[in-house]
Amino acid sequence: MTDPPCADGPGWRMSPSVSSAFHLSAYVESFQVALSQAAPSHGPRPRVGLFATCLVDLIRPSVGFAAAKLIEDAGCEVVVPSQTCCGQPAFNSGDRRTARDLALQIMDAFRGVDYLVAPSGSCAGQIKKHFPELFAGEPELARRADALAARTFELISFLVDVRGVTSVKARFDGAVTYHDSCAGLRELGIKGQPRRLLDSVEGLTVSEMKDPDVCCGFGGTFAVKYGEISGAIVAKKADNISASNAGTLLAGDLGCLMNMAGKLQRLGRPVKARHVAEVLAGMGDEPAIGEPERR
Amino acid sequence: MTVHVPTSPAFKQNAHEALGDAALQRALGNVEKGFIAKRRKAADKIPEFEALRDSARDIKNHTLAHLDLYLEAYEEKVRAAGGHVHFAPTAADASKIVVDICRRVGARTVAKGKSMISEEIDLNAHLEAAGVTPVETDLGEYIIQLRGERPSHIVAPVIHLNRDQIEENFRAAHTDLPADRDLHAPESLLAEARAMLRQKFLAADVGITGANFLVAETGTSIIVTNEGNGDLSQTLPKVHIVLASIEKLVPTREDVSQMLRVLARSATGQEITVYTTLSTGPRRPADVDGPEEYHVVLLDNGRSAMLGGEFREMLRCIRCAACMNHCPVYHAVGGHAYGWVYPGPMGAVLSPSLIGVDKAGHLPNASTFCGRCESVCPVRIPLPKLMRHWREREFERNLSPAPVRAGLKFWGFFARRPALYRLATRVGMGALALAGRSKGRFRSLPLAKGWTGARDFAAPQGGTFQSRWAAERKAK
Repeated sequence: MTDPPCADGPGWRMSPSVSSAFHLSAYVESFQVALSQAAPSHGPRPRVGLFATCLVDLIRPSVGFAAAKLIEDAGCEVVVPSQTCCGQPAFNSGDRRTARDLALQIMDAFRGVDYLVAPSGSCAGQIKKHFPELFAGEPELARRADALAARTFELISFLVDVRGVTSVKARFDGAVTYHDSCAGLRELGIKGQPRRLLDSVEGLTVSEMKDPDVCCGFGGTFAVKYGEISGAIVAKKADNISASNAGTLLAGDLGCLMNMAGKLQRLGRPVKARHVAEVLAGMGDEPAIGEPERR
Repeated sequence: MTVHVPTSPAFKQNAHEALGDAALQRALGNVEKGFIAKRRKAADKIPEFEALRDSARDIKNHTLAHLDLYLEAYEEKVRAAGGHVHFAPTAADASKIVVDICRRVGARTVAKGKSMISEEIDLNAHLEAAGVTPVETDLGEYIIQLRGERPSHIVAPVIHLNRDQIEENFRAAHTDLPADRDLHAPESLLAEARAMLRQKFLAADVGITGANFLVAETGTSIIVTNEGNGDLSQTLPKVHIVLASIEKLVPTREDVSQMLRVLARSATGQEITVYTTLSTGPRRPADVDGPEEYHVVLLDNGRSAMLGGEFREMLRCIRCAACMNHCPVYHAVGGHAYGWVYPGPMGAVLSPSLIGVDKAGHLPNASTFCGRCESVCPVRIPLPKLMRHWREREFERNLSPAPVRAGLKFWGFFARRPALYRLATRVGMGALALAGRSKGRFRSLPLAKGWTGARDFAAPQGGTFQSRWAAERKAK
């Protein structure tokens, strides 16, 4: 933007416009951050620390294996450092101390990897966008948080934007509809990447739902604290999903998926929900979210 | 006198009732259908829209950084034009100033343009208590007044109503109308309101308007309307009172022209509103019309305290309502559920500042943090971040609900201890997986009623990812 912040009226600008100075300092800063963050190198194959996220760790490990396969297929080595949670529930509940402790734990655990990759826009967003906020006023820790943030990516954006993956070798028969989870969409700009990879899956067609970019009503602890409102929001989402006529719902965040799958099932709709990574990794034959093992 | 007590502490109950109100739910469908597509279209039409948002943000930031100087400059210009400026530290002060002016000039009726500050200070109740009859002249506000309600939206006060409800209110109030008089079409309603209001304008002793902007450079107040009622409210009566909060200041008219470019597009998807009305001081000797007296009541009511703190960015707000128009929670429960004057995301940040987080504490919590509000805010207020700051203040003051605190503490204990966490989750998830194996999900779970009241909960696959990964790597 080249316009000055406000047009100067005669004698009405109490202080001169600061926009040019601001842009310069931001530029210099980004340069310094980039220099300080040159990732440690591990030969030709980058070393990726997979942050599974608590929900994947606890509820649906198959997403973690799918993510690992996709990252390996993209020419990387995968390690799984000891991990618990990124601290987002504490952060969003106003408990900054717990959020800070858990952030430090992750910053330590993922110190030696080239990238931190998570199969969730929400958790990746917490690390990439909010960890640095937790250490404002603590220069040394803030620098480390910035460094980790710069190396952190949501899975699909890592594959497409960082590794340049344009297609996958997978087959999935049927129509799917894709929900854009909020943090991935608005904090990390993930929109076209998953659709691009889905286009390369054999047998799969994407049938867009109405308002795929509108919140499903999950919102972490919101879904429990304000269960009734959350339920009303996800009911609308379920209607949009059903109206797409796709047999499968995909998304990049397990929290949103459990919310939508749970509502679809409560309403008796036949749509099956899966994490997008499972389909892209050719692991779309696991029982869908909330479905029993086939006997 | 009906003084409105905030019902924000009962937000959950309000929301529950709103969700069960079929007529309200039908009306709320219009928010999603109308505003969003119109804003998108208006924004897409000008390539510089995003740059204009930056510019609007910067104008407001600059003004707030020098607000004391701009307020002084503004006051001086209003005085020089023959007007009076009254500073009102609290809502009660502002009402008293207005009532005193009305009493001094012996006012019996007051014609009012749309003003959210009037709602904030509960002005109508105070006027009525003083024997002055307030007449709302904005069609939406007029309907609200007929119903004895509060607006449910800061731009479209009756967005919570359907046409047949409004028709019913008109029939009840305008008793002289023949039964076959059509009141269903909006134009017809407007014609009826207009005919009635015209008399009121002519009879009003005092006109009260809000202000969208106050210009420091010239001492001008500016309102934007689509009905023209504001013009009549401020030019016909012999006294004009402008009711505005201190953050409405902008330095120059040039700045206003930039702000106007984002305001209407963000609010209603219009390029500009039908009327943009400027007023500076009372009628001058050569003027053909205008008021004999011109007053500006500048309300603080907690705003100057926000200036130095973490909620300062909220003072950039220009009341376009784009945040609530795009909010899934607002779409679900409507504006009244929020329980006070300002609903939606902007209200969730502003209300705790104005009436206290102890009363309005639910509002910043009742958000999914989907971020859609921030993505459309014309002055780029980081609404989710500011809501999160309120949650932090609540947590510090032990105002968060006990089960939430207990849950966080329990979970935080394990999350801080990775080895214990791995052990406990492996056992816990193993048990849960076993319990849910046959169905694959749970219809109800103890301790998770908030979740299972509305939807099923997926059973875990069994084994944690970390334990299964470790086992697989060992086997290789």
